[in-house]
Amino acid sequence: MPTVLNLELSVNGEPRQLLVPPHHSLLEVLRERCGLTGTKHGCELGECGTCTVLLDGEPVLACLVLAAECVGRRIETVEGLSVGAELHPLQRAFADLGAAQCGYCTPGMLMTAKALLDENPRAEEMEIREALAGNLCRCTGYWKIIEAVQWAGRILAGDPTPPAILREPSEVKGGCSHG
Amino acid sequence: MADAKGRNIIGTSFRRVDAVGKVSGRTQFADDLTFPRMVHMKLLRSPLPHAQIVSIDTSAAEQALGVLGVLTGRDVPVPFGILPVSHDEHALCPDKVRFVGDPVAAVAALTEEQAQAAVALLRVEWKSLDTIAGYDDALCSGKDQIHGYGDDHNFHKKVSLRFGDPEAGFKEADLILEDTMFFDGNTHLPMEEHATVAVPEGDGRVAVWSSTQTPHYLHKALTKVLGLPAPWIRVIGVTNGGGFGGKSDPFNHEIVAAKMALKLGRPVKICLTREEVFQCHRGRHPTLMSIRSGFRKDGSFTAQHLKTLLDGGAYGSYGVASTYYTGALQTVTYKLPHYQFDGARVWTNKPPCGPKRGHGTPQPRFALEVQMDKAAHVLGLDPAQMRLNQLQPKDSVTANWLRIGSMGLGACIEAVRRESRWDERRSKLGVGRGLGIACSSYLSGAGLPINWNHMPHTGVQLKLDRSGGVAVFCGQTEIGQGSDSILAACVAEVLGITLQDIRLCVADTDLTPVDLGSYSSRVTLMMGNAAVQAAERAKEIIARAVAEELKVAATSLVFAERRVFDASNPEHGLSFADAVQAAEGRYGTLGTTGSYTPPRAPGRYRGAGVGPSPAYSYSACIVEVDVDPASGIVRVPNVWIAHDVGRALNPASVAGQVEGSIYMGIGEALMEESAFRRLPAKLSSALVHKFPNMLEYKSPTFLDMPRVHTTIIEEPDVNGPFGAKEVGQGPLLPVMPAVANAIFDAVGVRIDQVPIHPWMVFKALDEKRRGGEGRYGPKQFPAIDYGDCLLVPTPEQGGDGKARNADEIGVRSGTMSDTAKKGKPC
Amino acid sequence: MLRLPEFTLHQARSLQEACALVAEAPQSTRLLAGGTDLLPNMKRRHQHAQRLVALRNVSELRGVAGHGSGEMRVGAMSTLSQLARNQELQKSWPGFVRALRSISSPVLRTTGTIGGNLCLDTRCNYYNQSEEWRQAIGGCMKEVGDTCWVAPSSSHCWAISASDSAPLLCAIGARVRLASVRGERVIPLEQLFVDDGIAYLGKAADEVLVDILLPPVANTRATYWKLRRRGSIDFPVLGVGAALRLDAHGVVEHVRIYLGAVASAPLRAEKAEEALLGQPLTEASVRAAGEAARGVANALDNTDFTMLWRRQMTAVWVEGALRELGGLAPRAHMPEMPLGAPGMVV
Ligand SMILES: Cc1cc2nc3c(=O)[nH]c(=O)nc-3n(C[C@H](O)[C@H](O)[C@H](O)COP(=O)(O)OP(=O)(O)OC[C@H]3O[C@@H](n4cnc5c(N)ncnc54)[C@H](O)[C@@H]3O)c2cc1C
Ligand code: SF4
Ligand code: FES
Ligand code: FES
Repeated sequence: MPTVLNLELSVNGEPRQLLVPPHHSLLEVLRERCGLTGTKHGCELGECGTCTVLLDGEPVLACLVLAAECVGRRIETVEGLSVGAELHPLQRAFADLGAAQCGYCTPGMLMTAKALLDENPRAEEMEIREALAGNLCRCTGYWKIIEAVQWAGRILAGDPTPPAILREPSEVKGGCSHG
Repeated sequence: MADAKGRNIIGTSFRRVDAVGKVSGRTQFADDLTFPRMVHMKLLRSPLPHAQIVSIDTSAAEQALGVLGVLTGRDVPVPFGILPVSHDEHALCPDKVRFVGDPVAAVAALTEEQAQAAVALLRVEWKSLDTIAGYDDALCSGKDQIHGYGDDHNFHKKVSLRFGDPEAGFKEADLILEDTMFFDGNTHLPMEEHATVAVPEGDGRVAVWSSTQTPHYLHKALTKVLGLPAPWIRVIGVTNGGGFGGKSDPFNHEIVAAKMALKLGRPVKICLTREEVFQCHRGRHPTLMSIRSGFRKDGSFTAQHLKTLLDGGAYGSYGVASTYYTGALQTVTYKLPHYQFDGARVWTNKPPCGPKRGHGTPQPRFALEVQMDKAAHVLGLDPAQMRLNQLQPKDSVTANWLRIGSMGLGACIEAVRRESRWDERRSKLGVGRGLGIACSSYLSGAGLPINWNHMPHTGVQLKLDRSGGVAVFCGQTEIGQGSDSILAACVAEVLGITLQDIRLCVADTDLTPVDLGSYSSRVTLMMGNAAVQAAERAKEIIARAVAEELKVAATSLVFAERRVFDASNPEHGLSFADAVQAAEGRYGTLGTTGSYTPPRAPGRYRGAGVGPSPAYSYSACIVEVDVDPASGIVRVPNVWIAHDVGRALNPASVAGQVEGSIYMGIGEALMEESAFRRLPAKLSSALVHKFPNMLEYKSPTFLDMPRVHTTIIEEPDVNGPFGAKEVGQGPLLPVMPAVANAIFDAVGVRIDQVPIHPWMVFKALDEKRRGGEGRYGPKQFPAIDYGDCLLVPTPEQGGDGKARNADEIGVRSGTMSDTAKKGKPC
Repeated sequence: MLRLPEFTLHQARSLQEACALVAEAPQSTRLLAGGTDLLPNMKRRHQHAQRLVALRNVSELRGVAGHGSGEMRVGAMSTLSQLARNQELQKSWPGFVRALRSISSPVLRTTGTIGGNLCLDTRCNYYNQSEEWRQAIGGCMKEVGDTCWVAPSSSHCWAISASDSAPLLCAIGARVRLASVRGERVIPLEQLFVDDGIAYLGKAADEVLVDILLPPVANTRATYWKLRRRGSIDFPVLGVGAALRLDAHGVVEHVRIYLGAVASAPLRAEKAEEALLGQPLTEASVRAAGEAARGVANALDNTDFTMLWRRQMTAVWVEGALRELGGLAPRAHMPEMPLGAPGMVV
């Protein structure tokens, strides 16, 4: 039998004391030991990005990080994104724009996007695309996500103007939704 | 709230009802579920592509740490399948495996790690059979047969249909083009790996929570295999983390989990690995096509003869329908007076193919749209104008007896042509850059159910609460397309209440009326109609009560802003809750139902069941490419798409579906491919998926996604709720041919094959430089005896929808009898 | 869910402790840096270890020191994203930063380290597969069997070196410092690699890579060109690391070109170098160098794309990299790395 480690983790600012074998990933511990199933998995090999969480503010893939290596570091998951009942601007923008279709890639997208906006709320389209390039989405074709991140960035910078498609639905008609 | 244009919810970009759950991580997908005493299951899957199972020794696995139960094929001997004509799958293979990944045994243990470790202790003795790797092997009658039924040796299905008089049509033609094309297989790759939790409920009952697009069909399969009364089995379709058709068959693991749960008396969970998801597959059929069309000088069709050959993989799945679908929708976009379709599906030792977004129609659509581009080039026509000139008219019946309702393709073509500045820019962008156009159409739900019957395809039930809330029950499944939101919106719109006033109960075979499932783009149209009907019926009851209460005519009542009031005196009214109470006081507990059955289609020939739909969506697409002549690498900076959705119930959602379709289309056009590895036959019989992982199966990233310029066209259809038609699949179809056509515009080579890899463009360019044709694609189509042809006179010829020679031909073989035999060597 | 096999974990707190821990049982121990290569390989059960020695807390392996005017030291445990953000590197070695930014994806680069990137296992389509998949083909030479499916008649494993930083760092003449219980040694980076898919590292199993030493810039121009399918995530199917210096007359006086992802080690394209040495960078000379590189690379069928096309692309990519270094206009339609992105320039 392997040794079992006694880990003290900080998840979304809450302390968690857990007995964990060394070979368990942060993903397994979050989902199966902490009951935080908001973090998803799609490959467990680092290839899809759905398991992205923040570790000391940086996006990492929870499927490739050992839980034992996270002691003393700040772990943030999608469950910690809203403040009380108040959605984070990213969550609001994703919800209102339909940037979450099946919603399976969404937690990972949100966490990667949060790290980006924390650093630079005014991130431009190409920076957003680059920053999110390790997070795959099969549903949206990415544009609603890009628009949502841009909008959330504007909200964070104090300008809540929604994107065109939400201002006047008929603008979509005969127009071009972006570009 | 109703806005200035009188809209409440429908037609606005409202926030989806599942949005907040999804952005906060609260939405539970199947693998997020846990139940007390839950245990975990893993499957042993075949390492061989084709073999007889001689014996299975489970003793060591049974003794392993944490193991609670082991099942083999003997425990689940009853076959199942999605189509009644091909119940050829077993939950665990009893005697034979047909592809690498076919499940043969299951182990349940306290943890998933223990189950996995015990699977490795299962010992199976095999006897290898011939590996049928592709068309060549399948067409050779000397090789082992994969199934003991079908149309002929390793042919699963053959179809031959002739509408009108194609030979006469070809005689009228000024130009006849004949092309061989190939569309390779690809897969859905939903981000969520399939998962199921089966929960025994005591007294022999079991509940199965699963990531399935089709709870109703899973329920049927479970009933058959478990041999239990149907009401004892409850299937709950958990919100799917993407489906795209990949979760619309009943799957082995779902059935085995239920069996194991019943055996152990404990909840059993199985979550597939990504590789297992590749093995479940049911993706796009690799399809070889021969297309011969006659054109007049003005570019209009005189006739077409299409031959298809589908590589079906190891099981039937939806394959019979898929085969028909490779021919069915060639007629709905442009006038095609005479048409012959020959289709065949073969079995191979690979994961079974099935319905992926567009189900069987993207392949022939590619052939059709690329061939039209070639014709335009030869005839010196503008490909956009050539299409506009021969649109199938609205409210018409096609040569193969499909009834077209609203038809906005003309508006779609005009829109993309305008938005992309086609007329100024086509062929004028210089070497290396080009524009290409293609169009398409898709069903808004299939006209016939999978299990033929006279019942509705969907049902909605409302429970009106004196609180003013409305509970909506429907068997439909949310797979990401937004069906929950459409269901809530249709009811809220009619009753003038908000989305928050609605409580949904969906996809539960015990609690909700049957909906056939989330496939063939049927949900918005069918469920929407049922929801509107149920809500209208509730509205009528409430209106009657309110009319009495307020002493106004029921007809002058308006339902809006959570009130019911007199149109001529808006102050005079009741809150919606009071209105419900007024009705409940008079008539007792309130509930209504609505349901939907598609109109009967005019075709009466065998095979006429595939193709009809209450309404067809239309799309036109222009793609801009940048081709590097030195490498053959193709980049796509821009895509213009116009989609006739009938009526955009939620424009942001429609745009999202369109963009998602373009995404998948770009993937199919340029990189996604279900490639297989056949090891040298002298050394090994192995046949494996080349890249069953998300690193090497190339799904485009944020950096590969073109800019999408979307125009939503609204040609309302009388059959759609508020006029709506489908949007989830149609916009994918034109992308692949538009890319191929744009490459021709850019560098003058033809790639008659999908996906278009850079080396293909590179080779074609190289060939062209050496004075060759400048084409990459399949060289020839094999000679196939498609059997006797059904002769169906067209509407124009005064036909009645029946085949002329139905009696002479009779019903072909293809039944499930055991006819396994080995023919002569090739 | 794919899960890791059991192992014991030792979190070293100093370089000395790390060296001692690994020396206890070098054959059954592996060093864990970011884990983005090792952990997937262990999940697929094709790299094995009973013990992992984690280097995260070893401060001697951290940090970047020095300036481009002299030798720079890059700690092996620096993450790829830390390095890509480092302003001194951006200024002195933009080609290196470009290589770093082409690696994997943003969410992997926060974890993956430069040391791990250089010690990356070699890759092959027959090998980077699940245990079940490998059983279905009966295994191959790199792991258990005795056949190489890429070249069935060969007695050699052809798995490729897939590191994106290695070709560039070899080209600029970087050196690496290795430490073990026996002491330290510094070797030229190219000596860290062996052109053998199985025994691909020229270091002892118990040697820890401490840091990478970059030579003074001294007018060196260097760049990295990567060929892959998608704009992100994908490993290279071809990498070109090129570094050169021009004399006062614009004539190439020093040049080193290394190809990645075509052999089990970064492969030096000497023929291409010869074609350039003593020449100015012109349309003709860069083309000639590209052509000369074509034959160097004998890509086999073990990555995405076809091997024939990858071989042909060698010339195109080498030429592309050299055009950039020579300030020549990029060929029209040349897809910038990453491939798919419209107008994308890194
Ligand atoms: C989806 C995906 C895509 C990827 N794409 C790319 C890509 O495009 N290009 C690319 O180059 N890489 C790619 N990688 C591989 C990998 O992420 C990077 O190479 C990364 O830099 C490896 O660093 P690491 O710290 O995570 O290594 P680890 O996994 O921790 O280590 C890798 C190996 O190096 C050894 N090692 C690590 N540090 C030391 C040391 N200091 N001394 C001695 N030995 C050591 C380890 O024992 C192990 O054998 C990809 C990985 C994934 C999962
Ligand atoms: S190159 Fe040959 S031996 Fe090496 S991993 Fe690939 S198949 Fe195996
Ligand atoms: S689960 Fe796919 S990257 Fe972690
Ligand atoms: S919303 Fe479904 S995968 Fe992104």
